Amino acid sequence: MSDVITDSGDSFTRTAGRQLALLALFGILAFIALAMLLGWLSKLTSGGSSLAEAVDPLTGTITLAMASEPPQLDSTRATDQVSGFVLGHVMESLLRRGPGTKLLPGVAERWEITEQGATFWLRADARWSDGKPVTAHDFVFAWRKIVDPANASEYAFFLYPVKNGEAINRGELPIESLGVRAVDDRTLAVDFERPTPYFEKLVVYATYGPVREDFYEAQNGRYGADADTLLYNGPFRISKWVHGAHLRFEKNPYYWDADRIKLNVIDMPYVTNDANAVLNLYKDGKIATAPLSAETLNDALEHRWKINRFNDGGVFYNEFNHRPGRVTANLNLRRALALVSDPGELVYKVMKVPGNLPGVSLFPEWLPGVHGLFRQEYPAEPMRVDVAEARRYLELAKRELGVETIPPLILLTGDDPLSSSQAEYFQNVFKRTLGLDVKIDKQIFKQRLAKMTAGEFDLVAAGWGPDYDDPLTFGDLFSSWNKNNRGMYSNPELDSYVRIAQSSLDPKTRMDAFGAIQKIIHDDVVIIPSYERGVVYVRNPRLNGIQRRVVGADPDYINAYIEGSR
Amino acid sequence: MFRYTVRRLLQGIITVWFIATATFVAMHSVPGDPLIQNKAVTAQIRKNLEIKYGLDKPITQQYLIYMGNMLKGDFGISFTQQNRSVNDIIVKHFPVSATLGILAIAFAAIGGILWGALTALYRNRLPDIVIMFLVILGISVPSFVFAALGQLALVHLNALAGHTLLPVAGWGTVSHMFVPSIVLGLGTMAFLTRLMRSSMLEIVNADYVRTAKAKGLPITRIFLKHELRNAVLPVITVLGPAIAAITTGGFVVELVFAIPGLGRYFVQAVQQLDYTVIMGTTVFYGAFLVLMVIIVDLVYGLVDPRVRLE
Repeated sequence: MSDVITDSGDSFTRTAGRQLALLALFGILAFIALAMLLGWLSKLTSGGSSLAEAVDPLTGTITLAMASEPPQLDSTRATDQVSGFVLGHVMESLLRRGPGTKLLPGVAERWEITEQGATFWLRADARWSDGKPVTAHDFVFAWRKIVDPANASEYAFFLYPVKNGEAINRGELPIESLGVRAVDDRTLAVDFERPTPYFEKLVVYATYGPVREDFYEAQNGRYGADADTLLYNGPFRISKWVHGAHLRFEKNPYYWDADRIKLNVIDMPYVTNDANAVLNLYKDGKIATAPLSAETLNDALEHRWKINRFNDGGVFYNEFNHRPGRVTANLNLRRALALVSDPGELVYKVMKVPGNLPGVSLFPEWLPGVHGLFRQEYPAEPMRVDVAEARRYLELAKRELGVETIPPLILLTGDDPLSSSQAEYFQNVFKRTLGLDVKIDKQIFKQRLAKMTAGEFDLVAAGWGPDYDDPLTFGDLFSSWNKNNRGMYSNPELDSYVRIAQSSLDPKTRMDAFGAIQKIIHDDVVIIPSYERGVVYVRNPRLNGIQRRVVGADPDYINAYIEGSR
Repeated sequence: MFRYTVRRLLQGIITVWFIATATFVAMHSVPGDPLIQNKAVTAQIRKNLEIKYGLDKPITQQYLIYMGNMLKGDFGISFTQQNRSVNDIIVKHFPVSATLGILAIAFAAIGGILWGALTALYRNRLPDIVIMFLVILGISVPSFVFAALGQLALVHLNALAGHTLLPVAGWGTVSHMFVPSIVLGLGTMAFLTRLMRSSMLEIVNADYVRTAKAKGLPITRIFLKHELRNAVLPVITVLGPAIAAITTGGFVVELVFAIPGLGRYFVQAVQQLDYTVIMGTTVFYGAFLVLMVIIVDLVYGLVDPRVRLE
């Protein structure tokens, strides 16, 4: 009897199993059919990623991945790096960037800067991507737009050197009173608010670029939101922009110097900031360059690829809270903490990504000085580690503060793995050498900024990227009136040097002032320098001519070319 | 049926209103400032921005304005993508997430039902043991691990083939869809397999199955009509929330495979305190979830005649 049941059970299983197999086949077919249908539908709606190779010498196409897409491309409002990268390729301002920090004629073929103002003479063959000429009126319109309070541009301060710029932005004067006018279609005259000898370093930025009024007004507030709501005058134009998915530059035939441009297409059909995903695309031969992180670096080394390094110009440091009442307002405590911090150890043993340089100064290595580099002309005091001396300073600090033990220090930092490992390093060092407790406060970006602004920290892991290639972009950071001085450091002596650097027309006087600022920041331990940021990346060996830039569009592919094409 | 549907929809609208209000309150109580940027702006520029986004008004007024606009179907302009309306973001990116989600759920449902039936059929024998081990793996391993492994496997596959069989990342063609949707659906499939297995095991011993067998009905008929059809009911019940969870939870898979779905905007908006996008996507997803649950309940009535929708 039991034999019979088992037997019938087995035959049931077999028959049912066959049914199941049939259903499975049906299920797989249904899944594929569904995928085909959806694939066809989404092709109709979005256009989708190409399957192109990293470099294609036949069509002059290179394929890249973007970490994120530009929020929008209205040059009067763009502030972020991605927008800067895109605008740098598809727009051209009065001047353009040559190799290194050299400035070359752009839309303006020549220019003259005096104490009172500047004049730019525009070239006759500068054209928009619809074939119409770029005129001086296009600059007047764009510049007025930037200071117009209704436009709420975050970079309005960029235009404050132009006469009445700040007053207009405050709503005190009409926008027509801005000190810029089109003398004729090809002559642009600028009046300064105050002498601005570095004005040519400003007009190279996309912010100072042209916007054509009739086109802008025709877009109904959507100027720069999509590929077809923007007019281009740069080496490339955007031929495709699928939000969050795909950005494609094509050579702009109307660009006045189009013969110089060797690439026909820069295609960016991938938008992701996942380091592994980007490296996988590179491995698969789908993209021409890939940035490396600490995790993906080893992978790249195992493949024996050539690793490229580049210092992106940013400086990172621990900033003290100098507000009265904070323990970190005590100079001797700051001295003690600085004397046990070892940027070399941080860079080489904790961060481990090649390319980062141990920090020594607020002013990074690449900044220009009077003739050569600022840091060569005004060497920074090296960072010293001396635990015994640090302990003496700590005792002094305790006596001055009138406490037995220093309360736990709050170290405010970001929520990413890199910030965490750095914060833990300092926590460990301060505890080991000085017996000080550190509480790490990890916050997401905006909340960290809010806490910095409110002063809810003793130390904060902070950094600064340059806006322009003059030491002033770092030098005025700790002036008492600077809103980015979130530790509220205040020193009249430093302020006076900043004023000299801002107003003097003599390069030597200015650089002397920066040298003095560098010394004050070191002697007064305003910050503890951590590192100067480096980035490492791999690049398809056939793609050459990429220019990495500390300021301006980076990476710059304008003059890039594929080996073996044409 | 009609009255039931209307009643459920009304309840749904109240739920969505509650979600919107709760999100609005939570969002404004989170520390941080949506307009703050890495580089500080002057007081004047800051004021201009506040006026532009209406943040200079009292919070109750902001709430009323927002709810009014939402009733008109206008979610406002994104704080971070200053020229894009939230409606535009949802319209452009939700179809992508939905495509990925539908495929993933189809994969999970087909796979889950089949594997579940198979393991029940071969209970305590080798196929059952192997599959149930894999199921536990599938439930416990998070999707970002599957995503990374899946992509790595693709790289090696393509390297082995010498050309691109399936793209490593990107979106737009059928070939881009398979691996991400399978990766996204794996966890749900594992969960559904277990559900289906236990449901099958219960039914195999049910009286009506024994009766059918005793009556000498053909095996295929017993298996398909009496066992599978009844066992699949609990699976359908969880499908509604599962669809919503998969469509909204694809963030990691979207990031790894560079897929322009709504999930990315949803998560980044919270990190960047992009008020309008947080509100828009949360309300939209909330409404979507509510709708899915209602639809599943209605479908349930069609599949199971014992359920009366009154």
